[in-house]
Amino acid sequence: MKNRMVLYGSFFTLLCLVTAFSFKPLPGKENVQFTFINTVKGIPITLNDSVYTNSFGEQYSIKNLKYYISNISLSGNTAADKKENFQLVDEGSEGSKTFSINVKPGTYTTVNFTIGVDSLHNVSGAQSGALDPMNGMFWTWNSGYIMAKLEGSSPVSSQVNNRFEYHIGGFSGPNNTVKKISLPFTIHHSPLIIDPAKTVTIVIEADLDKWWQSPNDIKISTTPVCTTPGELAKKIADNYSNIFSVKTIVKN
Amino acid sequence: MLKINLKHKASILVLAFVMAVFAMPYAFKTGDIKKQGDYIPPTPLQLTIPAGWPKPAKNIYATNPLTEQGFQLGKKLFYDGRLSRDGNFPCASCHQQFAAFASYDHDFSHGFNNSFTTRNAPPLFNLAWMPLLHWDGGINHIEVQPLGPLAAKNEMAANLDSVLLMMRKDTAYPKLFKAAFGSTLINSQRMLKALAQFTGSIVSYNSKYDKVKRGEAAFSIPEQNGYNVFKAKCESCHKEPLFTDYSFRNNGMAINTYLNDFGRMRITGDKNDSLKFKVPSLRNIILTFPYMHDGRFYSIGQAIDHYRTGIITTQPTLDTALKNRIAISNAEKNNLIYFLYTLTDTALVKNPRYAEH
Repeated sequence: MKNRMVLYGSFFTLLCLVTAFSFKPLPGKENVQFTFINTVKGIPITLNDSVYTNSFGEQYSIKNLKYYISNISLSGNTAADKKENFQLVDEGSEGSKTFSINVKPGTYTTVNFTIGVDSLHNVSGAQSGALDPMNGMFWTWNSGYIMAKLEGSSPVSSQVNNRFEYHIGGFSGPNNTVKKISLPFTIHHSPLIIDPAKTVTIVIEADLDKWWQSPNDIKISTTPVCTTPGELAKKIADNYSNIFSVKTIVKN
Repeated sequence: MLKINLKHKASILVLAFVMAVFAMPYAFKTGDIKKQGDYIPPTPLQLTIPAGWPKPAKNIYATNPLTEQGFQLGKKLFYDGRLSRDGNFPCASCHQQFAAFASYDHDFSHGFNNSFTTRNAPPLFNLAWMPLLHWDGGINHIEVQPLGPLAAKNEMAANLDSVLLMMRKDTAYPKLFKAAFGSTLINSQRMLKALAQFTGSIVSYNSKYDKVKRGEAAFSIPEQNGYNVFKAKCESCHKEPLFTDYSFRNNGMAINTYLNDFGRMRITGDKNDSLKFKVPSLRNIILTFPYMHDGRFYSIGQAIDHYRTGIITTQPTLDTALKNRIAISNAEKNNLIYFLYTLTDTALVKNPRYAEH
């Protein structure tokens, strides 16, 4: 009986050790998770079914929302790791909204990322993973990535089936839509200490209500479609560079 | 210390199982290394850069090492009709080797479901020197070019998912992808890189003109006279040795009101680019008729006549070199045509290396 206790005891200890070892973030392991929540005025969006109203009183529903988040990193008192990463956030795909990176231990105050795909990856030929042209975010007749895509319908749209369609891209010149943004953590969360034993989840909200305004007024009734690089695309990108905010940070 | 009885044996088995589960990732890693034992690396190739030519516009093989196996896979893809929706339209249906990989005798090429393309299919050679592809320069890298014709409803009308599925189920493709890229993974990136290995390798540098330049042949008198005309009146845009400067220019043609194709402007959104199209190479010009972006001139004589008398000089974006049209006498025109014949690269169009079989 005693022997058996010893055996089970050692078995349990070993299991604990193995478990602890396997869950400890190893150097290079992904220890910071990002979760993107797409909302309209703070309420998570529902594709197709929900009807929203923008500040111009235009009603609309959303069918499709996709955007690239690339080269996400933390910065602060510790120098940021500059590691290339690309994530295609797709409202229709739950798994695409959460992803992780490795951040070296230190204290951080800001999250930085690019909305879209940097110019180099727009001119470097066939890519894979998040940048695979199969993801429907690459223009085939005017090479380049669609940085963000918002599609839906609105009674005020003059287009077929009342649709609106914004495919925003363009990676060079005055109408470049590549947007680098930095979101400082709020006072509650700053500085954020990343230590090797813990993982952290940073929840970022994208409020689509701001897509339509600030700094540029985008009315569905006037401009229901934008599917080429240019001045309008730039204006919309200026708007959507303001939709993101850090909602909360969860330490696990 | 421990007396092992049957019950203990069960516990030990559980313990062993738990340990085995945690050790599994390591076991798989070793397995992978073993698997690679039968992997034969592909044979590296060098892109042909003819003596005296400028450096290519970019190293198109910087992230896509050119190999024999990659080239062969690209060639198979280029000639495989199954890349199109109904099986009838491989890349080669519009890019025919005997026409220097243009569409022979067609202003517009034929596509899926009895449709026409809306521009004249350009020949495929010396693509590494071409900074931007297509008549309007809309394509910035050779690897992403096939995405356009593959998806276009009036060309191959393919669904890329179906194309990849077809290749994954095929008996030959997984082996060819493995030979070229080291594993049987078939994705769009590898397909496009392989196609670029084939098309980018097609270099035209063995015309009579090239042989004359290398001292292996001599021009006849009319050819030499034509060459002199060319140098005086054509070369500012059709720059040697590639016979184009790859710029975008408006050469003063009336707009086709059915197509309303404004060329480069569609890409840049700049009205100063209205009606500008890429200056095509004159290499293999005799094989690539009809001429211009919409194939409106069937003979080379008609194309030359356009520059002599046809240019619409009132278009605001007309190229400055063409403001007064180009004065070419009938004798000069005849000699020029003799010279243009020397740009035909028979070795290229008959080279079995680029042929389907």
